Amino acid sequence: MAVAARGLSKSFGHLKAVDGIDLDVPEGEIFAILGPNGAGKTTLMRMLATLIVPDGGTATILGRDLAQDPAGVRSQIALTGQFASLDEDLTGRENLILLARLWGFSRAGSKARAAELLDAFDLADAATRQVKDYSGGMRRRLDIAASLIVTPGVLFLDEPTTGLDPTARQKVWRLIRQLAESGVTILLTTQYLEEADQLARRIAVIDHGRKIAEGTSRELKAEVGAGFLSVALADPSRLDAAAALLADSLGHEVNRNAEDTHLSVMVDTPAAANAALSALIEAGFEVTDFEMGAPSLEEVFFALTGRPADDTEGDAP
Amino acid sequence: MTKSFTRVERPTPPGPLSNALTFGWRAVLKFKHVPEQLFDLVMTPIMFTLLFTFVFGGALAGSTGNYLQYLLPGILVQTVLFNAVYSGMGLSTDLSKGLFDRFRSLPIWSLAPFAGLIVGDFLRHLIAGGIILGIGLALGYRADSGLIGVVGAFLVLLAVGFGFGWCFIVLGLLVRTPTTVMTLGFTVLFPLVFASNVMVDPATMPGWLEAFVRANPVTWIVTAVRGLMDGTVTAGAVGLALLAPAVLALILMPLSLRLYRRS
Ligand SMILES: Nc1ncnc2c1ncn2[C@@H]1O[C@H](COP(=O)(O)OP(=O)(O)OP(=O)(O)O)[C@@H](O)[C@H]1O
Ligand SMILES: [Mg+2]
Repeated sequence: MAVAARGLSKSFGHLKAVDGIDLDVPEGEIFAILGPNGAGKTTLMRMLATLIVPDGGTATILGRDLAQDPAGVRSQIALTGQFASLDEDLTGRENLILLARLWGFSRAGSKARAAELLDAFDLADAATRQVKDYSGGMRRRLDIAASLIVTPGVLFLDEPTTGLDPTARQKVWRLIRQLAESGVTILLTTQYLEEADQLARRIAVIDHGRKIAEGTSRELKAEVGAGFLSVALADPSRLDAAAALLADSLGHEVNRNAEDTHLSVMVDTPAAANAALSALIEAGFEVTDFEMGAPSLEEVFFALTGRPADDTEGDAP
Repeated sequence: MTKSFTRVERPTPPGPLSNALTFGWRAVLKFKHVPEQLFDLVMTPIMFTLLFTFVFGGALAGSTGNYLQYLLPGILVQTVLFNAVYSGMGLSTDLSKGLFDRFRSLPIWSLAPFAGLIVGDFLRHLIAGGIILGIGLALGYRADSGLIGVVGAFLVLLAVGFGFGWCFIVLGLLVRTPTTVMTLGFTVLFPLVFASNVMVDPATMPGWLEAFVRANPVTWIVTAVRGLMDGTVTAGAVGLALLAPAVLALILMPLSLRLYRRS
């Protein structure tokens, strides 16, 4: 196993940010941790990268124990944090040379390594510009490049594409796949089911510091349903009546989004979705918007936990 | 982006000194890219020198020339102390941006980033001090002790910068908002600098204030630096000047390490 964690925990005051998480990430795979804001993703990554000391539990990274041999762990890993860890005042090239020198490359070797990485990450044209003038996508690519000065055994990527536009996201996805092909084990976090689905062989879903599901994308989808139908009505006061009708027609529980504007429900086949929509319209509901799609994170959470992602157990009525 | 990635192995790990020098290089690069920072560092002392010399100089010391002779060494001390605050702000900025997360997850000497910070501080002190001294010379200041005295004074200034620097490193580690570091830093430094012998001879002050000024470590430092540049210094004065920086470094260095490892 590239990463093997047992019962990792970390509290901040009374808040259990990470509450007993087990992970087994096989070597050479892309493994995704999927969770909403505040789920504990960053805390988990920072513990595995030796940046914070766990309150409980153990972990080994490529056989090196987190608590016994943090220096050994550091020699095997690289972390690209959620927020860019670059020196904004320096140029892209200088950032990479600085890190290469810290790793022990010679002056000439550092320059050569920086040039190779800038080239591979499509940043050669911006090499001599200060990072503060980079776009979000360029920063992200440079930040990942900065983690690859020496090829790590395990690469941690904390929300590598949050805040990027679709083109920039595609670019980063392609990079991540190429890295995995070259043999790097990648543990990434994301808030997007689609991203986990696109990249990872296995996905762990976490919420409130606990792992609530784990499996391949196919396994999770089997639990969650192949597709979701989402419907908005002209008259929100009739949402309840419409929900009853949809539940009846599709045979699955109907979820209402946090803003009380949309209903969403798992559907087994496109034909069933079609029939349900027709039934709504025939019953006199004015449908202003509908959408068929892969389940969103919110819907995954609802299917897995029976409650919306942002709902805490404590404040349920 | 069609290139596939070839594995790159780690070269022989570098020694702590190499790591520290690399961080020092980063400080030099910052000077190259953000030369404005020098402006922040020298503007206040230049204003002080000019204002005090020309506005109060005649009244305080009989002539502007006499006063400049008295003031300049004190202004050098003030420059170094205020400089140290900016370095704490820099650390707090780096920490708030996650840059240190990267450094801390590297297999390097864990203190190297601090060593780099100190190298950068030394550079800042030397450059800012040099500029102030240059302006002083242009205005007619003369160091009676010659080059050796000036070198001695600058060595004391570096020691002071080093010792007081740890106060702001600790503050930078504790407070993650750079502007708060600045406000807190100056809140402490202003009374220390003004209620000292930087600008005015304490003999002219009311008794209670004079007592405070004589017990103020900034006064001891200024006395030594002034003495070194005027050629009237005693070994005791230098020893007294180095007392506060030494105590600060001894207490705050280990504290900084603890805070850094914990954060
Ligand atoms: N240093 C800290 N001090 C106090 N509380 C913290 C600290 N770091 C994280 N937390 C809390 O721990 C919980 C988990 O935070 P974490 O950053 O790990 O979540 P996340 O899954 O990364 O969220 P996001 O998607 O917003 O990045 C949150 O409630 C957060 O407020
Ligand atoms: Mg996070």
